Amino acid sequence: MLEVREVTKIYNPGSVMEQCLFDKFSLSVADGQFVSIVGSNGSGKTSLLNIICGSIAVESGDVLVGGESILRKKDFQRYATMGRVYQNPSMGTCPNLTMLENLSLADNKGKSFGFGRGVNKRRIDRYRAELEGLGLGLEDKLNVKMGSLSGGQRQAVALLMATMTPLRFLILDEHTAALDPKTAEVIMLLTDKIVREKRLTAMMVTHNLRYAVEYGDRLLMMDRGQAVLDRAGAEKEQTSMEELLTFFNKISAQCGS
Amino acid sequence: MTDLIVGTLIQGLIYALISFGVYITYSILDFPDLSVDGSFPLGAAVTAVLLTRGVNPYLTLLAALAVGALAGLFTGFIHVKLHVRDLLAGIITMTALFSINLQIAGSNLTVERSVDTIFTAGPTMALLGGLSLTHRKLIVALVVVLLVKFLMDAFFATKAGLLLRAVGDNAALVTSLAKDRGNVKLQGLVLSNALVALGGALVCHETRSFSATMGTGQVVFGLASVIIGVALFHRLSFVKGTTAVIVGSILYKLCIALALSLGLPPNMMKLITAVLFLLVLVASGRKGEEIIHA
Repeated sequence: MLEVREVTKIYNPGSVMEQCLFDKFSLSVADGQFVSIVGSNGSGKTSLLNIICGSIAVESGDVLVGGESILRKKDFQRYATMGRVYQNPSMGTCPNLTMLENLSLADNKGKSFGFGRGVNKRRIDRYRAELEGLGLGLEDKLNVKMGSLSGGQRQAVALLMATMTPLRFLILDEHTAALDPKTAEVIMLLTDKIVREKRLTAMMVTHNLRYAVEYGDRLLMMDRGQAVLDRAGAEKEQTSMEELLTFFNKISAQCGS
Repeated sequence: MTDLIVGTLIQGLIYALISFGVYITYSILDFPDLSVDGSFPLGAAVTAVLLTRGVNPYLTLLAALAVGALAGLFTGFIHVKLHVRDLLAGIITMTALFSINLQIAGSNLTVERSVDTIFTAGPTMALLGGLSLTHRKLIVALVVVLLVKFLMDAFFATKAGLLLRAVGDNAALVTSLAKDRGNVKLQGLVLSNALVALGGALVCHETRSFSATMGTGQVVFGLASVIIGVALFHRLSFVKGTTAVIVGSILYKLCIALALSLGLPPNMMKLITAVLFLLVLVASGRKGEEIIHA
């Protein structure tokens, strides 16, 4: 279980720009749950992910995994059991390393980075098989520098890399937002498949309400640091796109945007 | 003419060690490290002192590597642990080292002719005794530089090397691999400054001297040779970055040697260095903003 307990987050504390985003915000996510999070800009979606991953500090509260606090752990320590895919496709890979080198790095996560060979040739067939499964024609581009691939291709590889080694949590930060609709669909299907197959606990922030409705088994709508809608299981299944859109427009109107 | 070419080759090879160091920080780590101007004379100072005290000349190279590594560790500590900006961290180390170097050496030092250097010591003479001093210098410098080059190439192909290349390319990825990006940067700085100090040691063996100001402008030299090398070979992906850097270093020393042989006074050397660097930057169209990685 992943638990955010009474977290308070204030941006620019003590200045005229002071802005309280979370005021004792709590959320618990059961193991194996796939949570889709929607909400307008500034509603706290990405901040929530950043707090969980340790990218930003909080004023008070706690973040717990399986009942144990991880608040004191540094970001890189938390990533031992977490994978993350960002909105920007170039965040998840190294542009000047080849795809093979990128995959090899990801494959070695959790082990020591010593003086052994960086690229394990015996693993190439496995990488190729996984890439073939994507259907993006990436299997022949193992020796191509990551930076010369398209955004969609890079994002697909980033997703593979983030989930290559055993992990518990997958954090998806608008990971289809920068992609064209067709590629976004491919990435979304791949995401769903990986989350199901590896039984990951996933949190996906998205601006695409349809993805939020179609994917995941829990739906969260954030507004000004609060979860204004939280539906799981059968209740979530019955939530329609129209209902969600109406609800979303209502809170956006209140916000004046 | 041959003397000029051989002399330039020796210079280019020895100074390529500085360029290797700058290549690691600037090109791979994306860290503009100015410690170089201090760690280069540091290597020379330690070497000069050890040579005059009769220490085995080959051991002085190891000592230079070690003190250079310490200098890199210092810059890395200031940047990574004390969160000082990269450029400023290097400036602090560079400035501190100026005094430290003088403390180590006492003053500018000259190594007596009677003291053996790596170019005149027993083992070198046993292998290359039949050659003139100039040719021995060329061969020894070539051996050292190639050895370092192949070690670096081998290192970049290891897991640790891959992680080092990744941290300069996309530090967020290193974090997501559950590795402390700060530590990886620190390792890079240690390695880089160790090589720069080794360069200082070789220069000390070659010139039999240490001077407190010998570090001035060395980072510019290193940057220029890295940028020349990378710009020349960036279309030829089979040429390793380390090879490109050696060629860049030799070409740069050649330009300076030509300028001097055309009658420019030696006092103008740093000016030539700066102007050449500017020309290289403009000609390669990079302005130092974008450098292609290994």
